[in-house]
Amino acid sequence: MLDILYSIIPQMLFFAAPLIFTALGGVYSERSGVINIGLEGLMVIGAFSSVTFNLLYADVLGDATPWYSLLVAIIAGMLFSLIHAVATITFRADQTVTGVAINMLALGFGVFMIKQIFGKGQTDFISQPIYSTDVPFLVDIPVIGKMFFNNMYITSYIAIVLSFVAWYVLYKTPFGLRIRAVGEHPMAADTNGIKVYTTRYIGVIISGALAGLGGAVFAMTISLNFSVSTIAGQGFMAIAAVIFGKWNPLGAMGAALFFGFAQSLSVVGSSIPLLENVPQVYLLIAPYVLTILALAGFIGRSVAPKASGVPYVKGSR
Amino acid sequence: MFSSTKFNFIIPIISVLLGLAAGAIIMLIFGYNPILGYQALWNGVFDSPFFMSETVNRITPYILTGLAIAFAFRTGLFNIGAEGQVLVGWVAAVWVGTAVDAPAFIHLPLALLAAAAAGALWAFVPGILKAKLGVHEVIVSIMMNYIALHVTNYLIRFVLTDNQETTEPVKQSASLTNDFLIGLTGSRLHLGFIVALLMVLVMWIILERTKLGYELKAVGYNQHASNYAGMKVGRNIVVSMLISGLFAGLAGAMQGLGSFGNAFTNTAFSNLGFDGIAVALLGGNNPFGVVLSASLFGFLKVGSLNMSSAGVPNEIIEIVIALIILFVASGFIIRWALLQLKKGEKK
Repeated sequence: MLDILYSIIPQMLFFAAPLIFTALGGVYSERSGVINIGLEGLMVIGAFSSVTFNLLYADVLGDATPWYSLLVAIIAGMLFSLIHAVATITFRADQTVTGVAINMLALGFGVFMIKQIFGKGQTDFISQPIYSTDVPFLVDIPVIGKMFFNNMYITSYIAIVLSFVAWYVLYKTPFGLRIRAVGEHPMAADTNGIKVYTTRYIGVIISGALAGLGGAVFAMTISLNFSVSTIAGQGFMAIAAVIFGKWNPLGAMGAALFFGFAQSLSVVGSSIPLLENVPQVYLLIAPYVLTILALAGFIGRSVAPKASGVPYVKGSR
Repeated sequence: MFSSTKFNFIIPIISVLLGLAAGAIIMLIFGYNPILGYQALWNGVFDSPFFMSETVNRITPYILTGLAIAFAFRTGLFNIGAEGQVLVGWVAAVWVGTAVDAPAFIHLPLALLAAAAAGALWAFVPGILKAKLGVHEVIVSIMMNYIALHVTNYLIRFVLTDNQETTEPVKQSASLTNDFLIGLTGSRLHLGFIVALLMVLVMWIILERTKLGYELKAVGYNQHASNYAGMKVGRNIVVSMLISGLFAGLAGAMQGLGSFGNAFTNTAFSNLGFDGIAVALLGGNNPFGVVLSASLFGFLKVGSLNMSSAGVPNEIIEIVIALIILFVASGFIIRWALLQLKKGEKK
């Protein structure tokens, strides 16, 4: 039994990390009142920019390359999310529509640029990915060490720590209160002197940064290259995690971990005695069926931030 | 002043022009000749009857997924699950098309019906969960997409075939293809476009000429008011999703009984459903608008394949389509700019 946990838990954290980052971004955007269906596209931009940077600068930067690549992806994600912000906040565009457009734009742009730079539609594999490591000392702790500190990616730890930071910021700081206020009742927030537009811009840009990071972590740890199908639905899973987690950073993290767990089951499931005779299709659809059951059963109604999806027009009632 | 119906036409047209202009600018920046690029796009469709019919084959499922999403939008629902509904419709149609023996006038309608039913069934799940438990239809639809992907792969591998990646072709009695059209164009041009256009009429009639359509739209505008007026909100949500899924399922049948004539395993989505979102939006969620926007999308997608002959990566068209959608969505600013222009003229 313990052996199973030893193989599942690191896998789960490995698959969950990109989803956690992206879902946290989604929480901030939606809490500020802007639906971001474009998370998928922002992940594409993160994956594209980090892989491209990694390939071009691996010779110069050596071992530090993947970390710079993550940084590049964060900036690229922020810049790209500005399109969403300008369209939805300033131009009052329909947020869902714009998000869909962002997804198409990002994929078209990413592949177009890859063809420009590398002359083909799929990049080579990066030479400087993020490797898994054992955490010194902690790995020697009996039982727990092998579960949580063996063969782990640093990015998984960062994701979990960041979830707590995101929760603290959202619920315990004035800035977080402002984000929540403009997402819940922008007019009341405006009356109290909170700059609704600025706050929403920040919310969207944070989502761009985190989704870019999520896409980059996926590229640097899982896919290791970029093509049209690198990011295939992870952004939508992140949106699901946001709703599943009831728009709370820790809830979103929990949902992302759950998705990671389900995904790792379908990978290592065949080596688990109890599951080895189950046709693989059941393991493959398990995460999605379980999510639906969980939503229908014990999670119940998840209510979006009240003003989410509604453009704010100053002076309107 | 422009009336608001006038804006409904002007904004998409301006958006398309702006999108193409932006595409030209991008081509210029990267050192391509936009005139040659767009010429290749145009020729890619109109140079041969083969590619013209390929374009029609591309437009047909776009019309149906566009209708699916537009119908749901009109009733206040976002059916992001069209993607999965297309897949199950596709496999259901091929299943009936390969396994059943019947004369064409029974076999073909039966296969279409199976596709529509499968799509509707797949849309029923998010519909009933939304109606009964208030679960967000978007998240359930996304989950249903993945379930569809894996389940259809499983069915193709282990039920329809014996561990193959591709099924047998559907029997001629269930096929939408037609020897006369194939002889005429040398392509797989099929009769699906008739089905698609019929569905356009069906959607229009339901929404504009029936009590059901009136109720569905009312629930879309304001659930609470509809409830107060005595309409059954939950039932309307389910019915709306069923009809939406039916359209999407038929889109799958167009592929399975027409363009491809079989079904095959997929590692990723076909994107027909996701592109349908864009088709619906550009078409203003109006059934006739959907025909126009589906035609534009089909034209751009098929034509773009020829752009590499001018050395331009065909992803440029993906960018153009995305920009068109962005401009349509930002209609407010276009409207504002037009009104400013109008004011300037008066002075």
